[in-house]
Amino acid sequence: MSDLEPVIGLEIHIQLATATKMFCGCGLSFGEPSNTRTCPVCLGLPGSLPVANARAVHFGLMIGLALGSELAPRSIFHRKNYFYPDLPKGYQISQYDEPLCLGGRLGDVRIHRVHLEEDAAKLIHVGSSGRIHGSDASIVDFNRGGTPLAEIVTEPDLRSAEQAGEWLRLLRSTMRALGVSDVNMEEGSLRCDANISLRPAGSQELGVKTELKNMNSFRFIERGIRAEIARQAKLISSGERVVQETLHFDPASGAITSLRSKEEAHDYRYFPEPDLVPVAIDRQMLDAAAADMPELPSARAQRFQDELGLAPDSAQLLAFRVELGDYFEAALAAGADPAPPPQALANWVTGELLGRLDDLDDPAASNVQAGALAALVGMLDARQVNAGAARQVLDRLIADGGDPRQIVQAEGLGAIEDSDELASIVAAALAANPDAAQKVKDGNAKAIGPIVGHVMRETKGRADGGEVSRLVNEQLGI
Amino acid sequence: MSSPDLLALTAAQAAEAIVAGSLDAAELVESYRSRAQADRAAREEGLNCFTWVAEESEIGTAQPLAGVPVAVKDLFCTAGAPSQSGSRILEGYIPPYTATAVQRLTEAGASMIAKTNQDEFAMGSSNENSAYGPVRNPWDRTRVPGGSSGGSAAAVAAGLAPWALGTDTGGSIRQPAALCGIVGLKPTYGAVSRYGMIAFASSLDQAGPLTRDVRDAALMLSLMVGQDPADATSLQFPEQIGVPCAERLDGLRLGVPGELTGEGIEAGVLEAFRAALKTAEGLGAEIVEVQLPHAPHALAAYYVLAPAEASSNLARFDGVRYGLRAENPTDLLDMYTRTRHDGFGAEVKRRIMLGTYALSSGYYDAYYGRAQRVRTMIARDFATAFGEVDFILTPTAPTVAFELGEKTGDPLSMYLNDFCTVPMSLAGIPAISIPCGLSGGLPVGLQLAGPAFSENRLLDAAYAMESVLAFDGSPARV
Repeated sequence: MSDLEPVIGLEIHIQLATATKMFCGCGLSFGEPSNTRTCPVCLGLPGSLPVANARAVHFGLMIGLALGSELAPRSIFHRKNYFYPDLPKGYQISQYDEPLCLGGRLGDVRIHRVHLEEDAAKLIHVGSSGRIHGSDASIVDFNRGGTPLAEIVTEPDLRSAEQAGEWLRLLRSTMRALGVSDVNMEEGSLRCDANISLRPAGSQELGVKTELKNMNSFRFIERGIRAEIARQAKLISSGERVVQETLHFDPASGAITSLRSKEEAHDYRYFPEPDLVPVAIDRQMLDAAAADMPELPSARAQRFQDELGLAPDSAQLLAFRVELGDYFEAALAAGADPAPPPQALANWVTGELLGRLDDLDDPAASNVQAGALAALVGMLDARQVNAGAARQVLDRLIADGGDPRQIVQAEGLGAIEDSDELASIVAAALAANPDAAQKVKDGNAKAIGPIVGHVMRETKGRADGGEVSRLVNEQLGI
Repeated sequence: MSSPDLLALTAAQAAEAIVAGSLDAAELVESYRSRAQADRAAREEGLNCFTWVAEESEIGTAQPLAGVPVAVKDLFCTAGAPSQSGSRILEGYIPPYTATAVQRLTEAGASMIAKTNQDEFAMGSSNENSAYGPVRNPWDRTRVPGGSSGGSAAAVAAGLAPWALGTDTGGSIRQPAALCGIVGLKPTYGAVSRYGMIAFASSLDQAGPLTRDVRDAALMLSLMVGQDPADATSLQFPEQIGVPCAERLDGLRLGVPGELTGEGIEAGVLEAFRAALKTAEGLGAEIVEVQLPHAPHALAAYYVLAPAEASSNLARFDGVRYGLRAENPTDLLDMYTRTRHDGFGAEVKRRIMLGTYALSSGYYDAYYGRAQRVRTMIARDFATAFGEVDFILTPTAPTVAFELGEKTGDPLSMYLNDFCTVPMSLAGIPAISIPCGLSGGLPVGLQLAGPAFSENRLLDAAYAMESVLAFDGSPARV
């Protein structure tokens, strides 16, 4: 097992946030009643013809620019032919051997290609099974049919489930920064298939791969890939062979089941879509795409490191989650006095604050205003409050919002700045804990606990822990 | 105006008379509509030109047509009227929208009185492949009218409509026009929108007029051309289509390709063709030989490309959303197979199988890829030839109208009907068929083909020829 290396490539489908569908004028659907966002084109009525959505091409080019792809001056649409009730024309209009974008890289993963296509409609199976086999009837809702998709295919550069999940988060934040998609896995605007194979570590050849279909959350993707790696490793170690097939991972049971084998694979009979003309990219389209490019997460992380001196981990965490980065930058720009040091602020955003947000993804949607957090961290840095008191203030901010300085004053949480007052409280604490004082004096630094506890009780937690330790040592003559 | 006089008018003449106030549009429409109705009511005793006749026609008022009636090939989608493309699978199907070409004609004041019979999905050269029975040739009721626009051609020749709209994929306007002794024009690919035409082979299908004379062909074309936002392959016609008025052919070089004017052409047809060449010389044209070296391979390429596209275009007829659906299917596959088994005729099934095979993985390059290369070479042949000559002349069809049932058992001999017309379709260039004489009492068609968008010059030349040839189509008028 230890001498087998997983090789993973991903195929990601992203629903593009255009106003209209890929090949017709219907608006995209957001939960409208079934079959109300349809027209002759997206219903595949006889005689109807597709017309490519210029906005989708624009978004495709932005994705290509973000991934450093080669943008094809001329790309064409193909028909991918197969029968299924969610495919009204009997073919999906997609791109095949001349896609919009070729190559590229995101983070440490190479991109194979990016192409545009249309989404299928939605099937609802009536009856007990919930799947088409064994259902009493199936109903087709064509609202989703024809929604523009960008399919991003990576090279097989990933080596673990965790790395795949991490990379997918980077991809999602990049797409979100571009504004080309909602990239929401639960709502299906980001969908992921994984190609997985194992090979002896150090080998350059690829093993037989399986394709794990349509996993719809980051957790399921990591679990699914882990389960498939384990399944393949078990097969190989028991002398069996991995068979090329398409698999389904059931997140409820953790079971992996076969959807179809290589022999059952469709022959899609791809051929150039004769109803569309080639997509010819001109200078104007490229300029327009370039003009719409925002700062991308990887560049933002680099800027956080270079200009703010953040540690690489903090910089990436903030940059790869766009909403965290935005909140962090809003806090920095709030003009708090004293100003919080960037790294301390970053730690509070990604640690204390995020840990208190539960299911909320975006701190800006919480009660804690970015300026309030900046003020709190600034006060902490200036030792106007100690860390424990700052956490209490943050709890209050989470619950009710407000101004941290007012909370500190109202609750009497400010640090004791009068050194003489603190010195006398320390002296009283030493007198009240003679055993502990002796142990500390004898070199047992950990024995200081009850003494500090005493001081904190007396000061209601307002004393600075470091200052208390210093005074204890001083008074004990250490 | 008495009924025979009224029926003797061309569409352009009728429109002028209505605008001038000497003809009542309603009377004209009713006169044709009732004749069409009578043919439909006569069933096998009539010509069977129509699949639907209006109970009551809406009389157009807009100029220039001012109500002139028109018959429309069944495969055009017409809101409120059955559009079945000659197929059982679309029996009774009434689309919710109207094809652009029909829309433009009605907006110009045309009154649609009927839908015309055709070979199923435009696949055929005799109109014997219609699910609604064969059409008879008005010159000899034991003979075919040609196809696939057989109903349109026979209706115009028999005076059941002043003119008709048809479509041409490999000769489906020109060949029936030739066999019925009328004018048929296949425009440059992209000149007329395909939106709303139930597709046979998308890269070849083109709408065009079937008329009594060249001026009517020019008039109908002038009202239909132009880019359509709903058809990505449609093009802006570079100039207005004018009224043809040339009297001479002085200075024109007319090319006669040996490849299409020798072997396989019936003697009587060749005789009429050669006489037409003499007529052209008499009008001042110079007749020269040209080479189209790859033209003999056109039919083979066509019968790969057209079925390939058809196999995909016809996938949407699956019983899910419209048209025929097999009753009480046991499962999805059963519904698909029985619906398509019952709904498609033998020729359609043959071409779906041919096309599916040609696109199959492992055969694509040998068939579809190779046929595309032949297509490119044929287009180059024409480009080279048009460097030397203004137009290319051939017989339209290798034979005159043949007996009903004569070729139904032999698809290959049926396919040979398109021998002279398919090369122009593959090259996407305009071509017109005008009647140039009789052979054994049956009409012979002369085909003139020109470079893309040369319609004005082509119509002018055809008009000059028509005036001198003075073909009398009246024997066919019932």
